[in-house]
This record gives sequence, structure tokens and C-alpha cells, in this order.
Amino acid sequence: MDAGEKSFIIRMFHVHHNFGSKKALIDITLDIAKNEFVFISGPSGAGKTTLLKLLYLGESVSEGQVLIDGINLSRIPRKKIPILRRKFGIIFQDYKLIPTKSVYDNVALVLEAAGAKRRFIPKKVKSILRSVGMEDRLKSFPPSLSGGEQQRIAVARAIIGDPKIILADEPTGSLDDESAEAILDLLKDAHIRGATVIIATHDKSLMRKTGGHVLVLRQGRIESSAFLEKQYDAAIY
Amino acid sequence: MMLPFIKRAIDDILQNRFLNFVTIITISLAILIASAFILFFVNSSEIINSWKRGLRIMAYLKPHIPNADLTHLEHSIQSLDGVHTLRYISKQEALDRLKAQLKHQSFLFEGLPENPLPDSFEIRMTASTGSWQKIESLAAQIESLALIEEVEYGRRWIGRFVRIISLFRLAGYAMGALFFVATVFIVANTIRLVIYSRREEVEIMRLVGATDRFIKLPFYIEGLIQGGLGAFIGLVMLFISFFFISANIEQGISPGLFRPQFLSATTIGGILLGSMLVGWLGCYISLKQFLKA
Repeated sequence: MDAGEKSFIIRMFHVHHNFGSKKALIDITLDIAKNEFVFISGPSGAGKTTLLKLLYLGESVSEGQVLIDGINLSRIPRKKIPILRRKFGIIFQDYKLIPTKSVYDNVALVLEAAGAKRRFIPKKVKSILRSVGMEDRLKSFPPSLSGGEQQRIAVARAIIGDPKIILADEPTGSLDDESAEAILDLLKDAHIRGATVIIATHDKSLMRKTGGHVLVLRQGRIESSAFLEKQYDAAIY
Repeated sequence: MMLPFIKRAIDDILQNRFLNFVTIITISLAILIASAFILFFVNSSEIINSWKRGLRIMAYLKPHIPNADLTHLEHSIQSLDGVHTLRYISKQEALDRLKAQLKHQSFLFEGLPENPLPDSFEIRMTASTGSWQKIESLAAQIESLALIEEVEYGRRWIGRFVRIISLFRLAGYAMGALFFVATVFIVANTIRLVIYSRREEVEIMRLVGATDRFIKLPFYIEGLIQGGLGAFIGLVMLFISFFFISANIEQGISPGLFRPQFLSATTIGGILLGSMLVGWLGCYISLKQFLKA
């Protein structure tokens, strides 16, 4: 590994992904540097969600290579997959909260799964729920929460483990402007603390507000890759 | 270390009450049937032993044996291994006994020209002469003596009973093995339903970086709890049934000689552990298939 490679946390080389005979991603090659703020944009069906799934091994590539923090995903043993996934904090489009577990248990799950010391878990969970404004709902169950509240819990779960990479799939898709703004602020905050943030969205206003590396996908191919000037000042956070 | 996993397992059981209830009842019924068989074997062996304790060999003598030969024969029998006591019963004493037993039909003996019964020895065996083979061997040795006409020790009906019990025992082993396999598969399938109903939860756990061990452990603990509870319920049901019918058995089969007994603590412990193994094995099979998928 040379000095140049070290600065990239994600590398994709000529990646193809097929669902049966349908080509979802075609010849994707890209590098994402550590602590980048990246938007993957494009119309519905362009392959945004599929691209995110390839990163955390939600899907395997049909062809090509993916490297995450220097790990080649084609060669990763099954036993090491949980360790790879702990590098990520993932905000799913459908939140993927466990409906039968409380807000507290949903968020604590990440730390418990990572084998964190039990006495630190309650304090950290309460602290993170406070930061997303949900500290008074820790005993509630996800079905009793609004979409915006569930999304905030999903964000809390994604950032509690201090992941190196945060993946967010349409994190503001079904939210009102105020809730969307709050979610975006949380992601910016994680970015300032050193995380690489990758957001799949077709919301252009979100990119304009934030700036960063914008990749546009169309019909499974990278149509364009550009850097927008950041519109927020890291110093104020 | 294990406490959080045990807590998760109990929470999961409470959240999936119906499926867990079905699994526990399935295990308890299998345990009830299997342990009823064990109880039957324990008690049937005890019945045979009590009969053996009361068992005697009757050695009928050839007619007209001189007294000197009789004493010699008595010493020969007494010296055989397994003989505890022996008593000479003359043909007259035997006839008197028979008459006493058949006092309402005493007219049967009125026209007899002579006593048709032979002289005999009544032989009781030592406690160590427990097995049926030893009794048969002793009887054969006595029968081979020159002055002995015939030996009788109830071999027809007791021998048949012992063979029937042996057959039951074999069938019991086969059925026990069958129940074990069937219960493992029933438990495996029920747990598969539980896992299937929680597949989304398992999938989310995997996505947030949970290892297979982290996911499996609460399920294994659930299996052990289900097995333990199933055995407990099955054994309680067996004990209640035993309590109500044991008094009748005691009176009916062999009063005084035999007292029905419940399973020993060791056997109960074995059944409990076996049942927990069934629960764990059911989980293991289901999870192996599920997590591989």
C-alpha cells in the first residue's frame, strides 16, 4: 500500500453488479478520501442504494474490486464481516429499527454487538439520544414514533459507535424541512468529528446546503463527479 | 458475562409467548411419554426382583430313595452355589398341604389307592442368585443329580414375563431414540418459526456488526430454557399420574412384596439434562441452516 492509497477509505475498481440479467451498476471506479462528505445523486433506479450495499456487503459485486479501509471485500472471510460492518454507521431508507425493542435497546444494540463494556453503554446511549433530541423517548417503541423521530433514532444508532464511515440512504426523503435540517446537522456534526459521510439522495437542495463531493449516477454508471464548495463552516460546530 | 444474553433470551421468550409455549408443550409431552416408559421399566424390574426374592425351586425325587441316599442328596444340593436353604417335604406332607389348599374339593382324594405325590426338596436361593440365567443354571444342576426326577421353579410364566419385559425394554430403547429424534426435529421446526418471525431483527443485528455468536447465544439459552421447562412440566404430569395410580398397582400386583416407586433423583436429573440437550440441539440445527442462508 503506497502513501496515496492510505488517504482513501473507499476504493472501487471497475465494479459491476447484476440482479439476474439486469445490470444495476456498470464499470464503477471511484475513490473516496477519508473525512470526505459525499453525495451520490441520480434518479430513482440509478443504482444509488445498490452502490451503498456493496460497501457494507449487503450485496456482493458481480465483477471488480471494492476496498474499504484497505480491506479487499472479495477476500474478506465470513467471520470478519461483522468487524467490517462496525466501521460503518448505516441510516437505512426504511430506518430498519427493531419494532419489538425499545428506543434504548435499538441504539444500545450497536455497542452490545461490538462488545462494549456494559457499564459504559447506558451513559453513552443517553448522551447520544440527548444529542438527537430523543432522550425522553428511550423507553418508547419504534411503531409509536413519527417518521422524523424514527429517523433520528436511526441516526443515533448510526453514530453511536463512532464509525469511520456513515452511509445514509435518502435520510431526509420523507421528512419535513425542519426534521430534514436536524438530520443533516447531525451528519455534519459526525463529519466534523472525523467520519466520512456518504449520502445517497436525489434532493439537490441538500447538496446545495452542504456542498462536498457529488457523484451522479445514471442507469448504473457514474455520469459525473464534482466538488461543490462547502456551505457550512466547520469552525462553528 | 452471560447475564445480558440470558436476559435477552428471557425477553425473547416473553415476546414470542405462543411459539415458545408450543415448543415447551411439545417437549413436555415427549418427556412425559419417554419418562413413563422409564418408570415402567424401573417398576417392572422391581416386580421381577420381588418375585425372584420369593422364588423357590421344587426338586421332586424319584420314588423309594433310602434314607442314607436322601441325606447324601441333601448335602449335594446344599453345597451348590446359590442355595440358601432347603427343606425336605415328604409325599405325605405334600398331600396334607394339597388337601388343606383344596379343602372344599377334599372328596377328590377319597378314592385314591395310594399317595400319587412325590417326595421333594423346597430350595430357596441366596440374594446373589439375582439373574434369571443363574436361577436356570442352578435348576439345571439340581435336575442333573441322579435321584432327582423333575425340577419346577415356575419357569414358564416367570420366564415368559422376563422375556416380555426384555422385549418391552428393547422397544422402549427404540421408541426413546425415535422420540429423541422426533422431538429434536419438532423443536428445530418450532424454533425455525421463531427465528423466521424474527428474521428482520436478526438481519438488522448482522447489519450493525453483530457476530453469529452474539445472535446465536440467546437462541441457545432459549433452547435450554425450553428443554428444562418442558422436562419439568412433563415430569410433574408424570408424577401426578403416578400418584393417582400407584396405590391401585400396589394392591393389584403383589401386595406386601412390591411398592411402586417414582424415578430416582439421578434419573430425573438425566431426563432434565437430556431434555435441555434436545432444546439446544433443535436450536443448533435451525440456526445453522438459517444463518448459512
